[in-house]
Amino acid sequence: MKKAILQIENLTTSFRIGNKYHAAVDDVSFTVNENEIVAVVGESGCGKSALALSIMQLHNKQRTKSEGNINYKGQNLLKLNDVQMNKVRGKELGMIFQEPLTALNPLMTIGKQIEENLDYHTELSSAEKKNRTIELLTQVGIPYPERTYKQYPHELSGGMRQRAMISIAIACNPALVIADEPTTALDVTIQAQILDLLKDIQSRTKMGIILITHDLSVVAEVADRIVVMYAGQVVETGSVKEIFNNPLHPYTRSLLNSIPSAANEKNRLHVIEGIVPSIAKMDRIGCRFQDRIPWIPKHAHEETPRLHEVGNGHFVRCTCYKAFYFQAEGDASAHDITKIR
Amino acid sequence: MWKFILRRLLVMIPQLFLLSIIVFMMAKAMPGDALSGQEINPRANPAELDRIREELGLNDPWYQQYIRWASNAVQGDFGVSYTHKTPVMDVIEDRLWNTVFLALVTLIFTYMLAIPLGILSGRYNDTWVDKTVTGYSYLGFGTPIFIFALIMLFVFGFALDWFPSGGSVDSKVDEGTFAYVVSKINHLILPALSTALIATTSTIQYLRNEIIDNKIKDFVRTARSKGVPESKVYSRHILRNSFLPIAAFLGYEITGLIGGAVIIETIFSYPGLGQLFLSSVSLRDFSVVTAIVMMTGFATLLGTLLSDIILSAVDPRIRIE
Ligand SMILES: Nc1ncnc2c1ncn2[C@@H]1O[C@H](COP(=O)(O)OP(=O)(O)OP(=O)(O)O)[C@@H](O)[C@H]1O
Ligand code: SF4
Ligand SMILES: [Mg+2]
Repeated sequence: MKKAILQIENLTTSFRIGNKYHAAVDDVSFTVNENEIVAVVGESGCGKSALALSIMQLHNKQRTKSEGNINYKGQNLLKLNDVQMNKVRGKELGMIFQEPLTALNPLMTIGKQIEENLDYHTELSSAEKKNRTIELLTQVGIPYPERTYKQYPHELSGGMRQRAMISIAIACNPALVIADEPTTALDVTIQAQILDLLKDIQSRTKMGIILITHDLSVVAEVADRIVVMYAGQVVETGSVKEIFNNPLHPYTRSLLNSIPSAANEKNRLHVIEGIVPSIAKMDRIGCRFQDRIPWIPKHAHEETPRLHEVGNGHFVRCTCYKAFYFQAEGDASAHDITKIR
Repeated sequence: MWKFILRRLLVMIPQLFLLSIIVFMMAKAMPGDALSGQEINPRANPAELDRIREELGLNDPWYQQYIRWASNAVQGDFGVSYTHKTPVMDVIEDRLWNTVFLALVTLIFTYMLAIPLGILSGRYNDTWVDKTVTGYSYLGFGTPIFIFALIMLFVFGFALDWFPSGGSVDSKVDEGTFAYVVSKINHLILPALSTALIATTSTIQYLRNEIIDNKIKDFVRTARSKGVPESKVYSRHILRNSFLPIAAFLGYEITGLIGGAVIIETIFSYPGLGQLFLSSVSLRDFSVVTAIVMMTGFATLLGTLLSDIILSAVDPRIRIE
């Protein structure tokens, strides 16, 4: 049995828009174990960043409300005040952001920005802090760590900046790192390097990683488990193997089919049209996804879809997938949901 | 860096040259000359005046006068003041220092008000604190400086009699004594405060908006994700980035104060360059007028350079070669 690091239970995060609160993260539950990479996937606007920032408690408190449980080492992070949370942030939980240029302070050297993390969580002397920082820069594959230590963010390339960002996140050997689309802003070749680096650090340190991405192809190589989100909700979750071999929710299939590959070059139809509804316009009852698959008969949808276990830690929201799966059975293109029409 | 400064100083030469021609022409274009006032004097002999004009070179073609004037000016000699009968530099020197002191004290007051108020207003934006400060700022924008200065002068100079209402120092104290310094400062406070209370409002609003912009920046979120306490998030990240444009503005600010000295010095009968400028214009004392304009122009160019130097010193993204 793997040791759980972080257990998220029924997390709901709502933003205040006008006088009303709208949930961007809706009743999300999942666990991250030691030495495990959990990928959170979903298209733009489905609440991935809102989820990450809820875990780190980085939302603007006046405009945001988080409910539920985020258990870390026996305490609910949502119940901690700012001072207590500052002992967790940076030390126990590290975070990597999408855009490494804007995420770094333009007026501070890379070295100082990494050291700042050590300032508040360690008792190291300034010489020791510098040594540790150089060591970190070496670890993340920065070629001239001594020089980079003294450089400013604008003097580095995108890939190097993201490496620096990673060394900030791992400076205090956190138990868990949350990486919010760490490669989206980078060139394709650099993306692979950064993912390899994350994987490499993870296997050495045994830490857990929540890897947020909208790109399932990223996930296949590095992740252990996948959480698929749609409109703030988890629609399907399971091991990478399960999700790739036996995707059940139409949204998951759509994501899988949109991975560019030689096989689906011709089948652009696989991609489900439409976008995630904005949080203010989202239906609070019934199924949120049904508008995007109009060919599924109305009666097939559950009234309030819940997560059902299919087996093997594979969960899928509601059972109506069965309705069309059944219909498509025997068909050569069983996974081609567009055929269900 | 040194090369940059040197280059900028060299660029100033043609700029100053151009300015000097314009200034000179404008001075010449003004009706009358230093002796015009004498013409209505019944005891003045017109032939005598013409002789003096000839002697002073006032009848020479303009370019000859210009060359004579410019080559002396380069050596710091702006000629003799017609009204004061002493070298222009002697007339200007004391006034110049008075204006510089006034500008410095005004600057100190301006930032002493702007920094805390701007920070409060930006950090706690949309609270009653911010609304009060912003309300004050709008009042400041809307109040003409000369009206406000007159009110200040009336209330604190005459009605309450807390501060002297004119001059730059009490004539009864001896130069070099402690009482002399106190008296100088005492004379500065009212004009400096009047200017600062109005001038600070734009800096307050600037700083406030910078802070509001910066506090939602990604790097601030990164700092919070490192567990940096809120007070340090402000001092090390938000404020440092917000002060940047304000620090860079310092050079222009100084220039503005020296240029704006005319009004405030006149209202407070403060013997500075601005007041001297006005009186010299009305007396047609061209040598003084041109000297002041040239100096102000030079100060403007220096102020711009100072701003650029400060900016490159505080912002690592700007490196000047
Ligand atoms: N601070 C906020 N105030 C109000 N609404 C917000 C706020 N932050 C996010 N939202 C809304 O919440 C929803 C989820 O946003 P979120 O940023 O979490 O999406 P995401 O999955 O990270 O998308 P992306 O791939 O574009 O980063 C969106 O509809 C967004 O408009
Ligand atoms: S009700 Fe149907 S369309 Fe809606 S989530 Fe469930 S399976 Fe998907
Ligand atoms: Mg996001």
